[in-house]
Amino acid sequence: MIDATDRQIIEALQGGLPLVPAPYAQVADGLGLDEDALLYRLAEMKARGVIRRIAAAPNHYKLGMTSNGMTVWDVDDDRITELGAQIGALPFVTHCYERPRALPDWPYNLFAMVHGADGVEVEEKRAEISVILGDACRARDILYSTRILKKTGLRLKTKG
Amino acid sequence: MTLDATDRAILNRMQDDLPLTPHPYAAVAEELGLAEADLLARLTRMKQDRVITRFGPFFDATAMGGAFCLCAMAVPVDEFETVLTKVNAHPEVAHNYERTHRLNMWFVLATETPEGIEATADAIERETGIAVLRFPKLQEFFIGFRVAA
Repeated sequence: MIDATDRQIIEALQGGLPLVPAPYAQVADGLGLDEDALLYRLAEMKARGVIRRIAAAPNHYKLGMTSNGMTVWDVDDDRITELGAQIGALPFVTHCYERPRALPDWPYNLFAMVHGADGVEVEEKRAEISVILGDACRARDILYSTRILKKTGLRLKTKG
Repeated sequence: MTLDATDRAILNRMQDDLPLTPHPYAAVAEELGLAEADLLARLTRMKQDRVITRFGPFFDATAMGGAFCLCAMAVPVDEFETVLTKVNAHPEVAHNYERTHRLNMWFVLATETPEGIEATADAIERETGIAVLRFPKLQEFFIGFRVAA
């Protein structure tokens, strides 16, 4: 959980951290906090998992990773924990989750995001996943992203 | 823009955590054998050119008592832009992608409370008349955010 000061800090940082030599001092100044107090609270929020990390979000498209496939699989429920861990550990899989099926529209319960320079590379990686899943997988599909429609960080609603 | 070897080294390093110290960029610059001013100039340029979409803390809505949920909709092609405007108008929609499937619009809701997911998804259904399928994560196997630049 977060208190009012944490919330102010999150609001100040949700647009990003300033690219200046002393970014925390600049943010602290804007909030009327000491730099030390801000750093302490950020460390606390990291320890609690509120902040996962302070890092760059790259644009895959601009990096030449123009093909991005969301591979989806209908995996035997009894084996999904074991197999999901194996798929998630593959170096070309950036996100891997078990999610509920939405029958009859959607029979898939394992989602693994695969990035590559082109569709051929993504298909090769998808074939590797297919081999690992073997006969525990009953159906599969791949959804390519054709357009980023929105991409922002978490936005808190402004509250009084 | 074209990225040189230094830009790529910076991009690889900056996908990992920045230290919580008063001069974090100086610390990273030293690791990479660069001047702090050079690192900041290159980061600023990569952000302006949108090679870096965002630089800063990644917040976990779940740890704040909130929730995330992947959602999907089957939007008729001739209504796509109209529906998109309605969906993106919700600040809870954090990412949204068009994908090649009958379910052609996939977005992530990030809300401050678990109830916010259902409330937002229901509101989108009412506004668009299209079902919003909900795929909350049941298990997370790995988050390897890093892309080799």
